[in-house]
Amino acid sequence: MQPTCDRQRASGSDRERLRVGLRTNMQTSFKKKPKAPKRNPGARNLTELKHGESGIIERLDLPEEDSRRLMELGFLPGHVVTPGHSAPGGDPRVFRVDGSEVALRRETALKLILR
Amino acid sequence: MGDCHGCAAATIARPPVQSRRPIVAIAAPPTSGKSTLFNRLTGLRQKVANFPGVTVEHRMGRVKLEAGREIYVVDLPGVYSLSPRTEDERVTHDVLCGTMKELPRPDAVLLILDSTNLSRHLILAAPVLSLGLPTLVILNMADDLERRGGDIDSAELAMQLGSPVALVSAAKGSGVDKVFQFLSGTTLGAAAKPPLTELPVIQDIPKCRAWAASVGTKTNYQAPAPPLWTRRLDALFLHPIAGPAVFLLVVIAVFQTIFKGARPIMDAVQTAIQSSGLWFGSMLPDSALRSLVVDGIWSGVGSVVVFLPQILLLFLFIGILEDSGYLARAALIADRTMARFGLQGKSFIPLLSAYACAVPAIMATRTIENKRDRIATILIAPFMTCSARLPVYILIIAAFIPEKPLLGVFFGTRAAALLGLYVLGFLAAILTARLLKSTVLRTSRSSFMLEMPPYRWPTVRSLGLRLVDRSRVFLRRAGTVILAVAVVIWVLAHLPLSGGKTPPIEHSLAGMIGHTAESAIAPLGFNWKIGIGLITSLAAREVIVGTLGTIYGMEGTSQSVGLQQALRQDLTPGGAAALLVFFAFAMQCMSTIAVVRRETAGWRWPAVQFAYMTVLAYACAFLTNRVVSIWF
Repeated sequence: MQPTCDRQRASGSDRERLRVGLRTNMQTSFKKKPKAPKRNPGARNLTELKHGESGIIERLDLPEEDSRRLMELGFLPGHVVTPGHSAPGGDPRVFRVDGSEVALRRETALKLILR
Repeated sequence: MGDCHGCAAATIARPPVQSRRPIVAIAAPPTSGKSTLFNRLTGLRQKVANFPGVTVEHRMGRVKLEAGREIYVVDLPGVYSLSPRTEDERVTHDVLCGTMKELPRPDAVLLILDSTNLSRHLILAAPVLSLGLPTLVILNMADDLERRGGDIDSAELAMQLGSPVALVSAAKGSGVDKVFQFLSGTTLGAAAKPPLTELPVIQDIPKCRAWAASVGTKTNYQAPAPPLWTRRLDALFLHPIAGPAVFLLVVIAVFQTIFKGARPIMDAVQTAIQSSGLWFGSMLPDSALRSLVVDGIWSGVGSVVVFLPQILLLFLFIGILEDSGYLARAALIADRTMARFGLQGKSFIPLLSAYACAVPAIMATRTIENKRDRIATILIAPFMTCSARLPVYILIIAAFIPEKPLLGVFFGTRAAALLGLYVLGFLAAILTARLLKSTVLRTSRSSFMLEMPPYRWPTVRSLGLRLVDRSRVFLRRAGTVILAVAVVIWVLAHLPLSGGKTPPIEHSLAGMIGHTAESAIAPLGFNWKIGIGLITSLAAREVIVGTLGTIYGMEGTSQSVGLQQALRQDLTPGGAAALLVFFAFAMQCMSTIAVVRRETAGWRWPAVQFAYMTVLAYACAFLTNRVVSIWF
C-alpha cells in the first residue's frame, strides 16, 4: 500500500522520535497520526489539521511549478506533516515536514490533500 | 513531471583551455550555509557579478592555496534541483553543464549539503554527481548534527556516492582544511568520468527522495533531534501576542537606528566632506578647475557618500536579522499585511529600509526569491519617503505652512504636513504595487513558501564581510555613475564660460534648460529657478536646496530663513504644494536608477520606473497646483 521509500522514511522518523523521547510534542502527535485520515477520507487538507496533530500527504492539487517547489521543500506524497506556529490570525502557518519547517499560506495549505 | 534530463550527456566537449586558473563551482540548496563556506574560503578576495541578461547574481572569489597557487571559486544561486525552471536554477544548471558562455565548464564541484537535513538535501546530490565532475560532498553544520545527537557514516556515504565526503562546520571553521585539500588537488580540465554508482537519472523528485532515503539508511544516517532552542524561541517570536510585539520592537529599532542613530555619524561625515573640500579648494588656484573639483565632484559625490553610514547601519541590521534566522519569522508575521497589497512578507524589510534610502532597500530585495515579487518591490521602493527628501520637505513646509498647534504642542500643522507626505508616498507605493501585481507582475498566491531556518548566532566575520561588500558596491557606484553625473551637472551649471569665468547660474546651460523648460513646468506652478533645481536634484534630491540657495544668493540649507523668504515671494502656495507632491513621486535620484539597472540586469525596468514615476509626479503636481490655487 505504501511505496518502499515511504516505509523507510516512516521507520526513520519513528526511530528519530523515539530517541528524542518526550521532549517535544511531536512524540504525542505521532501516535495520533494513523487515526486521523480515516475520519474524513480523501477530503482533508493541511488546514484541517489540529494543533499537535499530524497527517500524511496524499497529493498536491497545485500547478506543476508550485507543487514541484513544495516537493523540493519536503511536501511529498507519503510524508508526515505537522502544523506548527503561525502568523497572528493563523495565516500563513509553519508546517513541519521532512526535517524542516516551511511556512505556507492558507490557500496553498488547502491544496495539500491528506490521506 | 520529471522530464528533466541529466545534463551530463548534453555537454559538448570543450577544447581544453590552457593558461587559466581552475574553476570550482559551489552547488548547494538554499539554507545550507554555502555563503558562509564561500566567505571562509575566499575572505575579501571576492566580487559579486551578474551574468549578462540575468538578474540572479553569483559571486566569484579567489582561493589562495599553498605555493602561491590560486583557483577561482564561483558561488552559484542555491537550488534544490538542477531542472532549469527558475532563473536561479537555470544559471546554476548552465554553469555546471558548461553551457554558460561567459564561464568555462567548472573543473570541480563543491556540493554543500546541510548535514542536519541530509535526507532532503541529498536530492540535489543525484543530478550534481551525475555530471561526472570531480565533486567534494560537504556535509555542513556537522557541529550542529553532533550536538543534536545525529550521526552519519561518512565513509559509507563516500562509497555510496562515489565521491569524497567532508564533515564541515563552515561557521566554526572545523573541517575546512579538507576542503582546501580537495581544492589543492583540482587541476584543469579533469576528464569527466561516469558516476560510480547507480543514480536516479530522471529527476523526478519523489524518485530522488526515495533514493536519498535509501542512501540515508545505508549510511546509518540518524537525523538530529529538533533544534530545541529554535522551538523555544519560536514559541516566543511566533506567539500570537508576544510575536507581533517583538516584531514591532524590531521595526522600531531598525527605524530609530537608521534615522536617529545614523544622524550624528552622517553629520560628521558631511562636515568631513565639506571641510576637506574647502581644504582641497584652498590648495588649488581660483579657477574653473577648482570649482569643478570642489563644487562639482567633491560636493556632488559627497552628497551621496554621506548616506554611507546609514546604509551600513541598515545592512548591519538586516545582516543580523537574516543570519540569526529572525528575518524569516518577520516575513511570516508581515505576510498577511503585505498580501493585501499583492506583495509578500519578504518585501517588508526592504520597504522599511526604503524610508532611509531606496538604494540599500533595493539591494536588500535580494532576499526575495520570487523574481516578480522582487521586481515589484524594487519598483515601489523609491516611493517610500527617503531621507534625501526630508531637507526639501522641511524647506518648503517651513516656508509655506505657518506653525499652528493641532494636537497639543507636539503635533502641529507642519508635522501634520510632513506626516501627510509620508502617507502620500506610502499610498503611491501600495497602489502601484496593486497595479503591478494585478497586471504585468502577477504571481500565483501559492508562490509564497518560506523555509524557517533554525536560529543561529550571526558571526562577526559574516556580518563584517557583508558590510564590506555592500560599501564596495555603493562606493564603486559613487565613484563611477555619481561622479559622472556630478561632473555633467557641474558642467551644466557652470558653462559656457564668459570671459574665462563661470557665469551666474541663470545664464548657464542649466539656466537655459530651466528657461526653456519653463513652459513645460509652468502648469505645475514652477518657474525657471525651480526648473534648474529639478535638473541638479537628479544627482540626489536634497541638492535642490543648495541649488536654490545659489540661485537666490542665500545660504543653501533647509533652515535658511532668507531662502524661505525668497521662495515665498517667488512661488505660489499652489506651486509649493505641487513641488512637494512632485518630490514625493518623482524618481529624482541617479543612484536609485543605477542600482535598479544593476539589480534588474538591464535598462528596461529603470526606464519603465523613471517614466512611470515622472508622469505620475507631473500629473499629480499639476492637479495639486490647480486644486490648491482655487483655495489660496
